[in-house]
Amino acid sequence: MKRVIVFIPFAIAIAIGVFALWGLRADRDPAGIPSMLISKPAPQFDLPSVEGVSVPGFSTADLSGSGGPVLVNVFASWCVPCKAEHAVLTRFAEVNNVTLFGINYKDLPEDASAWLENLGNPYDRIGSDLDGRAGIEWGISGVPETFIVNNEGIVTFRHVGPILSEKAQKQVLAALRDAGLTGENT
Amino acid sequence: MRLRNMRAALASLLIMMLPFAAQAVEPDEILDDPVLEQRARVISADVRCVVCQNESIDTSNAGIARDLRILVRERLVAGDTNDEVFAYLVARYGDFVLLRPPWKAETYILWLTPFAIMGIGGASILVMLLKLRSKKAAGGNRLSDEEEVALDAILGTKSKGTNL
Repeated sequence: MKRVIVFIPFAIAIAIGVFALWGLRADRDPAGIPSMLISKPAPQFDLPSVEGVSVPGFSTADLSGSGGPVLVNVFASWCVPCKAEHAVLTRFAEVNNVTLFGINYKDLPEDASAWLENLGNPYDRIGSDLDGRAGIEWGISGVPETFIVNNEGIVTFRHVGPILSEKAQKQVLAALRDAGLTGENT
Repeated sequence: MRLRNMRAALASLLIMMLPFAAQAVEPDEILDDPVLEQRARVISADVRCVVCQNESIDTSNAGIARDLRILVRERLVAGDTNDEVFAYLVARYGDFVLLRPPWKAETYILWLTPFAIMGIGGASILVMLLKLRSKKAAGGNRLSDEEEVALDAILGTKSKGTNL
C-alpha cells in the first residue's frame, strides 16, 4: 500500500507532462473554432448578385442538385489574403473543374467588380453579402473562409483562412473528391 | 500628507479599474427600450467575440462583434428570450461562442477538475494532520521510563523528568 502511494505524485507528474506535450503539438491550433455546420445542411440565405458583375447571385437552394459539390468561398476585395488565394481558386475552377460560388462579404459592389475585372472572375455565382448577415449564418470568423457543400446540400468541409499552402490545397481537393467531384482535367 | 497619499492611491485604483468598465457599444446600436437594452448588455457580456477570442462582444471593437451585438438586439426586439438568443448564436458558432461553458457531458471534466484537485489536496492535509495527532497522543516526543533510566545511567546524574 505504502509503495503504491509513493508513486502517486510521480504518476500525476507524468499525466501533466503528457497533457502539456499534447498541448504543444505543431498541428494543434488553440484558436481554431470547430464549425457547427459540418454534416449539416447549408444555412438559409438568399443573396443578390453584385452590381456590375455578370454572374448571378445565389441562395441555399442553388447549392444542391447541380450533380456535384460546390466550393463556397467567402471573399472581399479589401481582404489581402483573398488576393493571394484568388490564383488557387482560379486553378481549381479551370483545371479541376470545381463549381465555385463566392460570397462577397461586406464589400462595395464597385470595389468588388473592379477587383474581379482586374484579377479575373473564376466564380460561377457571386452573392453580395453587404451587411455580413449571410456570413454570420455560415458562422465565419473572418475572411477568407471556404466551405464544401455536396450535391445533397450538406456541408462537408470548412477551411479557415486562405487556401495557399500545398497541404491546404491538397486537403481541399481531397475533400472535394470525397464530396463527389468529377470531370477533373489532369 | 497621509490624506493626499490615500487620495492618490484611490485615484490610481480607479484608473486601473477603467478597463473593466470598457464597452464598445456605439450609440447607433443602443435600443430605445431600456429594459431590452439592459438585457442585450447582459447577453453580450457572455458572448465571445470570434475574432478577438478572449473578449466579449460587449467590449470588442471588431466588425463581427458589432454585427453580433446588433443581431442580439434584433432577436430581443423580435421577442426572443435570453436563452433563445444564446441558442441562436450557439447554432451558428457552437458552444465556443459562450464565455461561460455550459454544463454538459463534454464539459464535466472542465467543471469538476478544480473540485477534484481541491478534494485531493484537502484529503492529503487531513490525513497528515490526523497522523500527527495520533503520534502525539501515543506519547509524542517524551522519553519512556526505561529510556530515562538508561539516559541517567549514561549521564551518571540523578535528575528527574527530562523534557526532551
